[in-house]
Amino acid sequence: MAADHLVEIRDLDFAYEDRLILNGISLQIPRGKVVAIMGGSGCGKTTLLRLIGGQLRPSRGEVLVDGQAVQRLRNDELYALRRRMGMLFQFGALFTDISVFENVAYQMREHTDLPEELIRDMVLMKLNAVGLRGAHHLMPAELSGGMARRVALARAIALDPMLIMYDEPFAGLDPISLGVIGHLIRSLNDALGATTIMVTHDIQESLLIVDFIYFMSEGKIVALGTPDEIRASKHPFVHQFVFAEADGPVPFHYPAAPLVRELLGKSAYAQP
Amino acid sequence: MLTRLGHHVNGALQRLGFAARFFVMVLLWSSQSFRRLHLTIREVYYAGFQSLLIIMVSGLFIGMVLGMQGYETLQRYGSADALGVLVALSLVRELGPVVAALLFASRAGSSITAEIGLMKATEQLTAMDMMAVNPIARVVAPRFWGGVISMPLLAALFSATGVFGGYLIGVVFIGVDEGAFWSQMQASVDFRYDVWSGIVKSFVFGIAVSLIAVFEGYDAQPTAEGVSSSIKGTVVKSALAILSLDFVLTSFMFREA
Amino acid sequence: MSRKLLDLWVGIFVAMGFASLLFLALKVGNLAAANFSETYPLTAKFVNIGGLKVRAPVKSAGVVVGRVADIRFDPETYEAVVTINIDGRYHFPKDTFALILTAGLLGEQYIGLDPGGDAAMLKAGEVIAKTQSAVVLEKLISQFMFNKASEGPVEK
Repeated sequence: MAADHLVEIRDLDFAYEDRLILNGISLQIPRGKVVAIMGGSGCGKTTLLRLIGGQLRPSRGEVLVDGQAVQRLRNDELYALRRRMGMLFQFGALFTDISVFENVAYQMREHTDLPEELIRDMVLMKLNAVGLRGAHHLMPAELSGGMARRVALARAIALDPMLIMYDEPFAGLDPISLGVIGHLIRSLNDALGATTIMVTHDIQESLLIVDFIYFMSEGKIVALGTPDEIRASKHPFVHQFVFAEADGPVPFHYPAAPLVRELLGKSAYAQP
Repeated sequence: MLTRLGHHVNGALQRLGFAARFFVMVLLWSSQSFRRLHLTIREVYYAGFQSLLIIMVSGLFIGMVLGMQGYETLQRYGSADALGVLVALSLVRELGPVVAALLFASRAGSSITAEIGLMKATEQLTAMDMMAVNPIARVVAPRFWGGVISMPLLAALFSATGVFGGYLIGVVFIGVDEGAFWSQMQASVDFRYDVWSGIVKSFVFGIAVSLIAVFEGYDAQPTAEGVSSSIKGTVVKSALAILSLDFVLTSFMFREA
Repeated sequence: MSRKLLDLWVGIFVAMGFASLLFLALKVGNLAAANFSETYPLTAKFVNIGGLKVRAPVKSAGVVVGRVADIRFDPETYEAVVTINIDGRYHFPKDTFALILTAGLLGEQYIGLDPGGDAAMLKAGEVIAKTQSAVVLEKLISQFMFNKASEGPVEK
């Protein structure tokens, strides 16, 4: 059972200072699948990725990646594990002081002693996979948002990772770039035989490409299922999310005193 | 009121503790930045070589001003021959290390902070960490050592151009006797007590400024305002650190002289 | 920028830095002239050293030949014992006279060596027998006043 899941999270709590951000999360990511974790902004999705990558340590519970408990690894073991992970950050996080080529070559140069010609071939292959072989000489500042995202994707898969994580891969992209990235996420996962975790709030695009979806709200998993199950779901939160309704279980208003009372002068803002 | 004070003190102490831990981390990861020397050499270029112009021009002007002011004062007492001593001692002991360090903090220190802070704000440091590359070893330690190596060299260049500036004004323009200028200087400036302690000072300043610069960058809030306030922090804290360390070092070094 | 060019600039920078250090050490400071590679110590006892300080120069015929290394007080004789390091290249006769002098009217004090005519030379660790103490300004003035006072009636 455990061998089928590349990532397994058991009863996980995470608190930042006094605020509980994740509360009793349990989930499994099966090998070879593309799994999306969805939820509104600020529901702890990105925190979950950081916990899987070992950049944060849980307050309680376990994170198992490929059978290893991430929160108990020593620094060098953690680094060894991370070499087998690729991560795409929200805005790419390309190194701005080196070219596209060097960005993709970065991990190869850092972690291997491969000869220069081999690195060159590998980098061009990775760039070719995202359709940007011709842009290898550009600097990150010269790229459009969608292109930068694709370069970051090429960088994330530079060492053929077993696990690829995406933090909001669709944020701030035009519809065409969005489709391109979505297609790449799926095809790269299948071509590399990797496993993909994608954190996003872009439901329509995700429904097209993923195998499984977890819904999170306020630090908890509230719903899960395959895309078809999600589309058919009667769960109020999922329904609100899928059809982008303004009000529902996720309220339009930030919690506040009734409007009438505030307008009538007994204002919470009044200075004592 | 007292609670607020306590909160501030507590916060400051925590930051200081974090800075100390950070310093130890930088030192621990330094071996990597020396094993891959080109990373450090690159930073010597950015911190040291690119500060060359401002350091030498400022040194020249300060030396020339010292030459004029010194002559003006000394000739009232009929000891214009001691101009060389005055120029050299004030540069080598104090102005060289201190002014060079202040310039270095605002020229190189602030850009180190900006660079690291921006890398943090754009998640480049996190990305590096996720790629199993330690950002302290790869980004912070080389910049730290680049600054530490550059600082004494810059201070020496500053003092040397300053002495030349004093010579230019004193000897070439005003006409102080050249022989007296150099010989009095050599008779009164002791290598071990004056020149060497100036070098030691600039070395200490180099450590302080570089550490403040990398720490402020690494500890910056990952937003535009956060980075800009960290840059301000680097310049202000470096200046305070330089001047207070200068006081402490001077009172130890020249106690007997 | 290519790595080679960058290395070149850094090399130039470091070379310039070391050149100016060398300049400060040799031309501005006195590393070559006064940090004598080999020195030998001599001691001299003075009744009063005035404002003499450690590191003050030792001059003979106006040339710096050494530096004051140490100043102590001898509780037996109530004298100041001054140790000076003399440049190994120079040797002075046994009957050399050590005086405490002042550069200018109010300048720093230094030790002057007046060589005598003895054929035997002072060796390391030996004591300069003939010394003259510092001129203390107050004493000088009171002496002058005293003389004036004793002359006084004659003039009137």
